[in-house]
Amino acid sequence: MAAVAERVTLGRRLRRWEGLPYWLILPTLAYLALFFAWPMVKSFQLAFQDDGVWTLQAFRTMVNDIEFGNAVRFTLLLIVVIIPVQFLLALVMALLVNAKLRGRGIFLYIFLLPLAISDLAAGIVWSSMFTELGYLNTVLERIGLLETPFIWINASRESLLLLTVVVAEIWRSTALIMIILVAGLQGIPRDYTEAAEVFGAGLYQRVRYVILPMLKPSIQVALLLRLILAFEVFSTVIAITGRGSTVLAAEAWRWQTANMDANVAAAYASLILVLSVVSAGLVLGLLRTPKEQIAR
Amino acid sequence: MIQRPGVWLPRVFLYGGALVLSLWVLLPIYFITLAAFSTQDAVYRYPKNLVPRDLSTETMRFFLNSEGIVGSLQRSALVAALTLLFSLGVGTPAGYAIARFVFRGADTFRLAVVSTRAFPIVILSIPLAVTYIRWGIDDSVLGVALAHTALALPFAVLVTSSVFAGISVELEEAAMTLGCSRLSAFRRVALPLALPGLAAAAIFVFIISWNEVFAASILTLRNPTLPAQVLSVLNESPLPFRFAGGFFLLAPSLIVIFVIRKYLFNMWGRVVK
Amino acid sequence: MAEVRFQTVRKTFGDVVAVDDVDLEVEDGQFVVLLGPSGCGKTTLLRCLAGLEKVDGGRVYIGGRDATDLPPRRRRIAMVFQSYAVFPHMKVFDNIAFGLRMQKERSAIVRERVQSAAELLQIVDYLDRYPAQLSGGQRQRVAVARAIATKADVLLMDEPLSNLDALLRMEARAELKALLQKLRTTTIYVTHDQIEALSMGDRVAVMRSGRTMQVDTPIAVYDNPADMFVGGFIGTPPMNFIEAEVRGNGAGHAVHLTGGSFPLATPGVAALSGRKLVLGIRAEAIGVEREPGEGLVRATVVVVEPLGSHNLLTVRMAEETLKVSARPDFFPAPESDVWLRLEPERIRWMDRETKSALERPAVV
Repeated sequence: MAAVAERVTLGRRLRRWEGLPYWLILPTLAYLALFFAWPMVKSFQLAFQDDGVWTLQAFRTMVNDIEFGNAVRFTLLLIVVIIPVQFLLALVMALLVNAKLRGRGIFLYIFLLPLAISDLAAGIVWSSMFTELGYLNTVLERIGLLETPFIWINASRESLLLLTVVVAEIWRSTALIMIILVAGLQGIPRDYTEAAEVFGAGLYQRVRYVILPMLKPSIQVALLLRLILAFEVFSTVIAITGRGSTVLAAEAWRWQTANMDANVAAAYASLILVLSVVSAGLVLGLLRTPKEQIAR
Repeated sequence: MIQRPGVWLPRVFLYGGALVLSLWVLLPIYFITLAAFSTQDAVYRYPKNLVPRDLSTETMRFFLNSEGIVGSLQRSALVAALTLLFSLGVGTPAGYAIARFVFRGADTFRLAVVSTRAFPIVILSIPLAVTYIRWGIDDSVLGVALAHTALALPFAVLVTSSVFAGISVELEEAAMTLGCSRLSAFRRVALPLALPGLAAAAIFVFIISWNEVFAASILTLRNPTLPAQVLSVLNESPLPFRFAGGFFLLAPSLIVIFVIRKYLFNMWGRVVK
Repeated sequence: MAEVRFQTVRKTFGDVVAVDDVDLEVEDGQFVVLLGPSGCGKTTLLRCLAGLEKVDGGRVYIGGRDATDLPPRRRRIAMVFQSYAVFPHMKVFDNIAFGLRMQKERSAIVRERVQSAAELLQIVDYLDRYPAQLSGGQRQRVAVARAIATKADVLLMDEPLSNLDALLRMEARAELKALLQKLRTTTIYVTHDQIEALSMGDRVAVMRSGRTMQVDTPIAVYDNPADMFVGGFIGTPPMNFIEAEVRGNGAGHAVHLTGGSFPLATPGVAALSGRKLVLGIRAEAIGVEREPGEGLVRATVVVVEPLGSHNLLTVRMAEETLKVSARPDFFPAPESDVWLRLEPERIRWMDRETKSALERPAVV
């Protein structure tokens, strides 16, 4: 044991001990800088410049494009319709999962299935349901609600197009909200709802006055996540409606791949980013729980 | 929290509700599976068969034999595997650092990682499409994998950090007093115990990459992944192609969710924080 | 030779000073207990010795070598953690063998050492099991076996008994002491339980706020506390402390308490007069009578607690409350008067300002 590291200087040892965490996070930082920070900068560059010249041409093209208004409107409509319905549904599913029914494991697995289903797959699945000679019409005819096939995917009736995409998106993405709410529910100690029950609160009241307020942090996170994803909605719309309707992300895609115009595509991307950040800010601001109210 | 609905809501309603919702999730999956395994005639027929009849692998074979599908399948698998390797390779050390060390900037780092979620894939992939040309990796498996890794990295960091946080630090300290260096203690004690959680995270990263459409579509031209390929020909394709394609995109997800269902909670519960 | 020396060791966490320039020497083969309330720095000091914390000042010597900059694995130590830290993914055998395998011992030696360690801890039957299949007490034995198997120079123990339930703890304490006596390894043991400390150690180092207040044999720490903190921390019940003054009165000197006075004629008593003092005395050093008498002080009974081997009386003397030990058949009624005799040789004088003992050997 005499040949032990007595010669290692204090300085070198300390530096090695001190520095370790920074070395460990360096790869991640570098990667995120390269693949997040830098593309973002480049995106803005593409959107606001053309060959080094500052110009708003890309934006002008974007705004004047015939599909721009449709894309904006449809995107916002989707969000406004889907999110409230989805949160309600997710809450119901989360409460059901939490209610310790028999076969809970199976229900949970089923409810979670859509979590790993891509938006393209979901779009195809529901296009098979909604298509004129598809499964929805088959079922409706079998149970007598329809005489002839109904044209759900109707390019001339935007409200129907909206409906089909809404249904498909709710089907696909509610699982994510649900799982966040379930995690939040499990963090609420039983005592609170039991106390409420002892004091006479029925189910609706317990949900409204005890559970929902305590779920606020989870709801906030879920809402944040969902909003950001909502602005990215893309292949579901294409799979179901074809060219019948469009959303912002789909337009970005088209300008990049079909029209080969990266500048306009970047303009769309910037718009999407701004909308995402603004809505994220709104959510964080409106749903802020004052510090005093947070349970320890 | 165990919620007892009490007198207001008899169990019947609860089970009924759960059943209805389950059907709502399952039926579309069932139908498309049925369609994917029907004869091509049955696919075009109306009204559709609601029960298994006219089964055949025609439709599936039609899909698989369609141009570019097999190649895109291979590419998707390759991209997903690479994404898994990269994101866990880069993210696990960072996750370990956050879990084990108290250092200045730890919170800022965590915040930075979490906030990358806020950036839409759209704004990342479009400039990458341009840059990749310059780097010579446009339209390549590597290019898509790198983009997917950027997407999955925050997830990998957060999940691995909470996996390691769940392993008592005293175990590694004990190993160090028994003759291990820091690295050795990590390898012999922390890593084996973290493996189940890491594996679940790896599988989920695989699926994220497998399902990703936008970036894959933007970044490839002649070498698409499966979703990119299907998307590009979707609206000109006949029904059998659509149905079989949908099933094919769906199937791995079903298996994956089944395999890692126990870990899902922990994963999302932690990522949420 | 495996003596341990802490030389002006200092450890801070941000603004908090956990270990405040501690000097401590442990001789080869000695069993030293670091005792103190939570937050006193005892565990931090232990971890500095183990190398799990970097010291911010001072040096640590193990076996004569300066170990301050060495990583834990080079210090020839073994440690038992409070949570046992038994590796859940390895069988008991592999747990115990771990340190030996890290030293690249031949497998024959490994097997032999594991076997003998397991025999000493009576866990031979569990060698093939996984820790999850064992109870807490059994896992604790595995942790100890793992530590002694490596035959390290110094054994470190961080509250190894505190997670056991009360009954098990007493038995485990005796067994552990017997084992360590047999091994004669230099041992540093951390606990907040003063009964454990007194019963096990060759020396007790009482710590508070990062400093050692007294380092002495258990008897000395019990009988001759260095200050009011040590006297109040050690012993059940804690030492009684009463404000007092010594005054001369022609014929000699008397101790004046708030509730009475009694004459005192021990050598050196004259030097005590005129100072502001605190009288420290243990419950069992106070005799109690039903009738007044010469040199006795009056007090009123508040509560009588029969403890089986003796009765513990809580009495009130003017503003002060005292604990007094009485015979198990002595049951004075509450609010009745009793007369106390404070044994002069057992009185420990403390300075009222500094709270330190007046006459003691210097802190080791």
